[in-house]
Formats: sequence, C-alpha cells, structure tokens
Amino acid sequence: MAFAHRHLLGIAGLTPPEITALLDLAEEAVEISRQVEKKKVTLKGRTQINLFFEASTRTQSSFELAGKRLGADVMNMAVRNSSVSKGETLLDTAMTLSAMNPDILVVRHAAAGAPQLLARKVGCSVINAGDGAHEHPTQALLDALTIRRHKKRLDNLVVAICGDILHSRVARSNILLLTAMGAEVRLIAPTTLLPANVEAMGVKCYRNMKEGLADADVVMMLRLQLERMSGAFVPSSREYFHFYGLDEEKLKQAKDDAIVMHPGPMNRGIEIDSSVADSGRSVIHEQVEMGVAVRMAVIETLAKNSFEFGPVETE
Amino acid sequence: MIMPERQQAAFALTNLHLIDPSAGLDEKGAILVEDGKIKAIGANVAGQLPEDILRVDGGGKIAAPGLVDMHVTTGEPGAEHRETLRSASHAAAAGGVTTMACMPDTDPVIDDIALVDFIKRRARDTARVHVKPYAAMTRGLEGKEMTEIGLMLEAGAVALSNGRKAITNAQIMRRVMTYANDFGALIVHHPEDPDLVGNGVMNLGETSTRLGLPGIPSEAETIMVARDTRLAQLTGCRYHAGQISCAESLDIIRRAKDKGLDVTCGVSINHLTLNENDIGLYRTFYKMSPPLRTEDERLAMIEGVADGTIDVIVSAHDPQDVDTKRHPFAECADGAVGLETMLSASMRLVHDNQLSMTQVIKALSTTPASLLGLDAGSLKPGMPADIIIFDPDLPWVMRRDMLKSRSKNTAFHKSKLSGKVLQTYVDGQQVYHYDPS
Repeated sequence: MAFAHRHLLGIAGLTPPEITALLDLAEEAVEISRQVEKKKVTLKGRTQINLFFEASTRTQSSFELAGKRLGADVMNMAVRNSSVSKGETLLDTAMTLSAMNPDILVVRHAAAGAPQLLARKVGCSVINAGDGAHEHPTQALLDALTIRRHKKRLDNLVVAICGDILHSRVARSNILLLTAMGAEVRLIAPTTLLPANVEAMGVKCYRNMKEGLADADVVMMLRLQLERMSGAFVPSSREYFHFYGLDEEKLKQAKDDAIVMHPGPMNRGIEIDSSVADSGRSVIHEQVEMGVAVRMAVIETLAKNSFEFGPVETE
Repeated sequence: MIMPERQQAAFALTNLHLIDPSAGLDEKGAILVEDGKIKAIGANVAGQLPEDILRVDGGGKIAAPGLVDMHVTTGEPGAEHRETLRSASHAAAAGGVTTMACMPDTDPVIDDIALVDFIKRRARDTARVHVKPYAAMTRGLEGKEMTEIGLMLEAGAVALSNGRKAITNAQIMRRVMTYANDFGALIVHHPEDPDLVGNGVMNLGETSTRLGLPGIPSEAETIMVARDTRLAQLTGCRYHAGQISCAESLDIIRRAKDKGLDVTCGVSINHLTLNENDIGLYRTFYKMSPPLRTEDERLAMIEGVADGTIDVIVSAHDPQDVDTKRHPFAECADGAVGLETMLSASMRLVHDNQLSMTQVIKALSTTPASLLGLDAGSLKPGMPADIIIFDPDLPWVMRRDMLKSRSKNTAFHKSKLSGKVLQTYVDGQQVYHYDPS
C-alpha cells in the first residue's frame, strides 16, 4: 500500500513518497471543498471521534469538517484536563471510547507521547492532533501543501521558522517534513527558546533575524505564548518584538516573492506586525483552507488502510 | 539438589567456585556453615568435613557473599499496594540480595525513632532477608529541619538519607553533615538540583528534542556533587553520592578522593546497562531519576566502576504501579524495580569483559557492606552465612510476570539475560532456590 501506517502519530517515520501521496490526495480534497456540493461518501458509516484534552477551536473544527465532508459520523469530545489525574482521564476515556468502536480517533493532549500511549490501547486508527511539544503532523502537512501550491516544489527552498521553537510541536513536525523533502530549514530564535542539539535535526540556527531571513522563500512565524514572556524565557514582549517580531523592514531580507505563514492564532504586535499579517504575502488564511483538505486526505488514507491491516492488537 | 527443609545446625556447600573480594578469594572449594555462620571456607574444606554432615552440591557454580543493596524503596508504610517489606524481601532473595537498605521516603517518612523501630519490627516479622532502614536527614524530607539523627542511629538506622529529594539549602546540608559527623554516620545524598531539573523528565539532548520532552542537563547533578564534596571537605563527614549518571560527576568524585576526603559514590544497574535510547517512544518504565543518559555516559559509568571511582552498584529498586506509571511520559512517576535483575544485568558487563567478576561482587556486596558498617559482604569464617550460589552463564528471558515484586515496572521486560541466582542463604537459612519449571 502507498501509506504503510495504521496511525498518523507524527511526521517521523514517514517517507517522502508517503508525504507526497498525502499531499496529492489533499489537492483533490481542495477541489471538492471548493465545489458547491462538498460531500463525499467515502467514509459513509464510519465513526470519527475528536478527543481534545486541550482546547483548540481551529484544529478541532478543521478535523470535524474534514470528517463530515468525507461522509463520516463525527463526534467531538472535549475533555477537561483535571490537573490531578490527567493520565487516568486519558486512558480511561480512551478505553470507554474504544468500546464504542470508532474507526478514527483524533487526539490532542498537552503531554508528549499521549497519542502513542493511546494507539497501543485502542482498536482503531489514531491521528495525532498535537501532543505537547512533540508533533503536530497535520499542521506540517498543511503547511507543506500551502508551500507547494505557491512554490511548485518543496526541495531546494529556504524556509525560515521563527519564534518559540522550544515549546512548539508545529516546529518539530515542520522540521522533520521539510528536511525530509529536501528544503533548507533555518530556525530563528533566542537561545532560551531553542531546544538542545536541535542542529542534529538538520537545521541551521540564527539569533539574528535579518541574517536568518536572507533570501528565504518561506517565512514561518510561530506563536509565542504569553506566559513565556515576562522574564521566564524572554524579558518582555517589547524586547521580543524588537528582535524577533516580523515587520516589513525585516521581511525585506527575504526573497521578493517570499510567503509569510503562521499556524495561528496570531499575537499581532508580538511575533508579527499587522501590516505583514494582512499583506498580500501572507498565506495565513489559505493555510486554514489547506488544513481541511490535508485532514480529509489523512482520514481517508487511514480509513482505507484499516481494511488491509485487520484488527488492531492492543497491549 | 537436596535442600535442608529447616535451618540445619551445620551443613556444607560443596563443589563451588568461591569468590570473596573481602578475602581476595577466587578458587574452587567448599563452605562449612554452622549455626548460621560461616565456619570454614576454602579448597581444603571439603576433605575435612564430618562424614554425616548434610552436603549440598553446588554443581561447580559461583558462591559469593550475599548482595548488599544500598538503594531499595518499598511501599511500606503507606503504599503497600506497590510493595511491602515482605514482597520486597522475596524479590531480594530471588535476586541474591541478602541485605537491603530501605529508603526513608515512605508515607509517613522515616524521620522518627518510632518509625525506624516500626521498619525493624516489620522486617523481623515479615522479611526473609536483612532489612536496614535509612533515617531521614530532615523532617518530612523537606530539607529544612534536622531530624533526631543520633537517636535514630541508636534505634538502628543504618545511615542518613533524604530519599529522592536533594537538600538544596547548602547551609542546612552543612549543619546536617557537621552534626552527623559526630556520630560517624554516613550521609547518602541524591545529588540532583531540583531547580535545574525544573520540569525536565529525561536527559537533555537530541533525543529529548526529538521527543518534545523537557530535558535535564547533567549540570543538575554535577553542580550538586561538586557542592556536596566541598561541604564534605568543610565538615569532614562521610559522604556518599547515592547515584551518579554523568562522566563529569566522576571527575569531581575522583578529585575529592585524591584529596583524601571520605567521599564515595554509587551507580544504579540501570545506568550501567541502559541509555536514553531505551525510552524509545515514551516507554515510561525507563523514566528514572537521575535520568538515563547517553551511551557515552553509560560507558563512562562502567569505567568508573572498573577504575574504582564508583564504589557501589545499586538496584535503585523503586516499585511503581499502574496508577503511577500508565500515564503520558512527562506525567508518570520515576523509577523501576531492580532487585531481581541487578545481578543478572551485571553479568552483561562481565560477559562483555568490561568488569571482572570480583569487581562486580565487590561493588554489589563487599563495599556497600563496609560503607554501612555491616557484618556482611564477606565469606570469611565467623561472618553470618549470607551466601549466594549463582550460574553466571544461565540464559533466560526476563518477563514481568516472573517478578516476585508486587509492582511489575521492570526496565528488563523481555530482555535476554545470562546469569541467574540458584540459591540464596541468609544466616545459614535457605531463603530462595531457583526452580526452572
């Protein structure tokens, strides 16, 4: 089969042909989503459960729409994270849901590795919708689709990822995907927001934003959580914007046709200037559209695969 | 094999390869046990035995002093569903451990003479190996107020510990060391700075970056080891770093020893045989404190044992149940059980020619016994007959359902191991024998 995985837990482990196949399928989904009649019947009778231990309006509605457009029955479960027994809630809820025989389980959790833990316990395909600072594979796929539609390729592009890399699952998944596809990935951040030995993932790190942006084809900004400012990792939002906020002046270093991306939600005036965010170079809204398409492609691929894999062996 | 059902007044273990680091013994021979003590040992013993004495043929396997494990956590009191002194002692006997020093971080904390006495009584009534309780250095392990160190030592505490919590306040550590030194007590500290650990859950580096898990720098350990050795110099106390995991810590300990300070250190069997890659995709049984480090650090630990910088190998036995381990990696508890696999896992180092058999037995038995001032770790005549007989080559596959521990959180599930304890004696009484069926 073209995509030899039961789950999508991360970009790690995917081959370039598998990534390309998902992106190609997503292109078709874009066309469907732009029609008046947006619904397929591929997943008729299948059940998809969105299990979100962390609140996320965008990702959850994107997965919901993707499932519905494929004809699946979609149920949303928002599980409040009790600080006392997070893990207990996780496994207990998962086992309960598993007993309802879903075909696809979409999971977001604040702890890295939570989808891996679930995948070993439930009898259906698991899609990682973001786990701690580990991975957010569908975000990387939608970013790649957006880039490919603008640049017609992924290899030999210079992609600068800027911001809080340390706490970002989006950055990790993007690094894995883009380096696998042959792009040059640069990280721009103060060292307090860079993970240890991240160069080992095949990237170059820059502390000077202008140098990092030089001749970039793609500028990917990351959200800086408010609690990371005020002295813990950077001294203040003012200082952060001065050195690492994307404004027109700094963007001049990138190529003239460079696109600007952001996984959202944006902090205007902290990591990105409104004039850039709303400019013609920003593809931020297109990313949202590609999000639905990519998730349709992933759900459809895994649902088809489940026939070939047979029943899941749980531990 | 014929086994004495009850304690025999006298019996002989014959046809053995005797290894006793305390006597420099490494030869074929026999051991005569009488009234729970070793009466005679050596190549000539077999020929001089009384005719009617019960003889147990050792089949040419190794006989060594029973192991002395300086770092065992049980769940008694407070978490008996994880481990009791009784269940831990059964695990110990199966692993060849005849003396376990039990950590004070129970619930309640062993910070009072009544609790030291409680452990001793429970051990006497329920345990089949020797149990030596540590006393907490500070009340509630909070690192603030000194406990009644002298009274607890008098009540039978074997040494002082602050459990898995380091004392961060250097002034308090200094006072505890100064005061404890008046009693000649050994301080066994867990040198890991909680502030530098922060929310870290594994070794800091490429692997933690790829897994998206917060990392723990080795400096969390080295800064604490450096501080402690300086304080040991200032106070003159007997200091033992319970578990180290980094090559840099070795340098610090080596320098302290070169200066003539009374400083020693230990390493867990986990840090000698596993590294951070074993975590794989978030396997929580490999989450421990200190964290598993890189392969280079692991090799440095083995060298540390080989050159004598590391004095002691411990199991770091820490039973954790489903309620504390079946969580996402960052949210689950530290620790793995180890009493039953410590010797077998150590044999990997012998088979790989990284350590000699004598070096391993010394670090597992003779040295910890002498640091804790125990009548153990030796097969010399007159010593209690705490003896193990083991086959260093017997191949077996570890499965967690084989464990006698109440908790099954082993880091060696499905591991191929060579080396198995066949018989364990405590005070001349057989407390374990291997049943292959």
